[in-house]
Amino acid sequence: MSTSHIFSSSRVGLQPDGGILRYTLSERVHHWVAAITYAYCLWTGLAFWSPYLFWMAIVVGGGPSARFWHPWLGLAFAASTGWLYLIWRRDMSITPEDIAWKDKVEYYIRNEDENLPPIWRFNWGQKLYFWLIVYGAIALVISGVGLWFVESIPWSWRWLRYLSVAIHVTAALFTIGGFIIHVYMGTAMVRGGFTSIIRGEVSPAWARMHHRLWYNQVMKGSTDRK
Amino acid sequence: MSQATLNIVKISGHAGSVPGAGVERAEQVCKLVDTTTCIGCKACEVACLEWNGYTFTETTFDNTYQTMPETRWNYWNLIKFNEHEREDGTMMLLMRKDQCMHCAEPGCLAACPADGAIVQYQNGIVDFQQANCIGCGYCVSGCPFNIPKFNSETKKMFKCTLCSDRVSQGLEPACIKACPTGCLHFGTKDDMSFLAEKRARQLRDNYGFDKAGVYDPAGVGGTGVIYVLHDVTDPQAYGNLPKDPHIPWIVQFWKGPAKWIGNLAMIGGLIGVTMHYLRWGPKRVEGSAHPNDNLGEH
Repeated sequence: MSTSHIFSSSRVGLQPDGGILRYTLSERVHHWVAAITYAYCLWTGLAFWSPYLFWMAIVVGGGPSARFWHPWLGLAFAASTGWLYLIWRRDMSITPEDIAWKDKVEYYIRNEDENLPPIWRFNWGQKLYFWLIVYGAIALVISGVGLWFVESIPWSWRWLRYLSVAIHVTAALFTIGGFIIHVYMGTAMVRGGFTSIIRGEVSPAWARMHHRLWYNQVMKGSTDRK
Repeated sequence: MSQATLNIVKISGHAGSVPGAGVERAEQVCKLVDTTTCIGCKACEVACLEWNGYTFTETTFDNTYQTMPETRWNYWNLIKFNEHEREDGTMMLLMRKDQCMHCAEPGCLAACPADGAIVQYQNGIVDFQQANCIGCGYCVSGCPFNIPKFNSETKKMFKCTLCSDRVSQGLEPACIKACPTGCLHFGTKDDMSFLAEKRARQLRDNYGFDKAGVYDPAGVGGTGVIYVLHDVTDPQAYGNLPKDPHIPWIVQFWKGPAKWIGNLAMIGGLIGVTMHYLRWGPKRVEGSAHPNDNLGEH
């Protein structure tokens, strides 16, 4: 195996084997750290949310254990999300092409993709989910620290205790909404999407269909952003 | 304490009904604290430590007679000392025995997510069951009196038990037993309310405390600890005793309507994506022979 193959996996673009690298190894690792830590916090968070779901804490080791790990894995989720923010924030800014795409999103929902205008590396929905998670992570971490150290908030500042509850629950519900759609689209709806975040590669046909402008850019041999 | 006991009427974080609730009858128990006859001797603080097996911990001096600023996980009973200037310019030293109020509608129990970590007995005592406590601190947000405290070593919450162990054996709480002035009384809620009202009337009629009255706040359904105050219109003067305590409205919303809104939204989301799949199905790359593009296809 030549070393060029190892290095090629760190750059998005056309690969020697004819596939297109959509996500680098580093991007995939951080995505999955964020995904697994979020899933744990979602699972244990739902246990704390409703008595009818408290069994969820039991099956992952019990209530005290869930309460101990939830904030720490929450911090890991925020850290990996912060890293994804640093590398994806420019790719995720909304462009005029996205606005044109958004206006025809009904065709996307109905799988009539031939009627959609071409777009770059990420579509409008992906970008929306990205910013939902970035701002959601910020809100969850700040309010989560308030819940974690609730007794350290002085009695005269107790409105902060209540605000922490309100923000944590609200932010959690919004991210759960996005998460349901994200998991559905990534696993069941958009064929080829799940393998791309596992092994990193998509086929040229896939890239051409879903991200035409990005595909053109990749085929020109350039990985520069537009 | 087992959840199966027939003496429990409310269980925190509990899915479904409360087994045995209403099977046995019990009198509502109540502590009466007459702040007008408290001399600040702190015998109740010591008795509480002794009965519950705690050693005397480090105190915090803040230029008052008070032992420490607020109760701790292993210090459940604290006399709060407050200098109060009356309308005529004279000074009063107000002394109030601070502790869990044993609310009829406990905010701690409403906020608690752990099954059976907080229970309310038929006699009105609200008790923490540390074996079931997960140490989340939600009870801290739910309590309108700033009472539950966290032990960071065992990761469990603690507070006054109203000596539920003594009361179940027909004894009065340790603090009551130790009080040398008769400022503390223990009995049924009816008897204590009667005694408290009688004392308040005496203060109004014979001692010139026109605003004397009984503190038994309706916002939490009444409490298992009631106070006789010289001035019932100004409970804050007694060291942050809230004028109209109730479960914080955010906690009420969180544990009430938010639960339904959130559950419907989550279930709606799951139904939504399922319906999308059934109606429109997967998004395929037309004509592609690449295995990645045909995952799950036959």
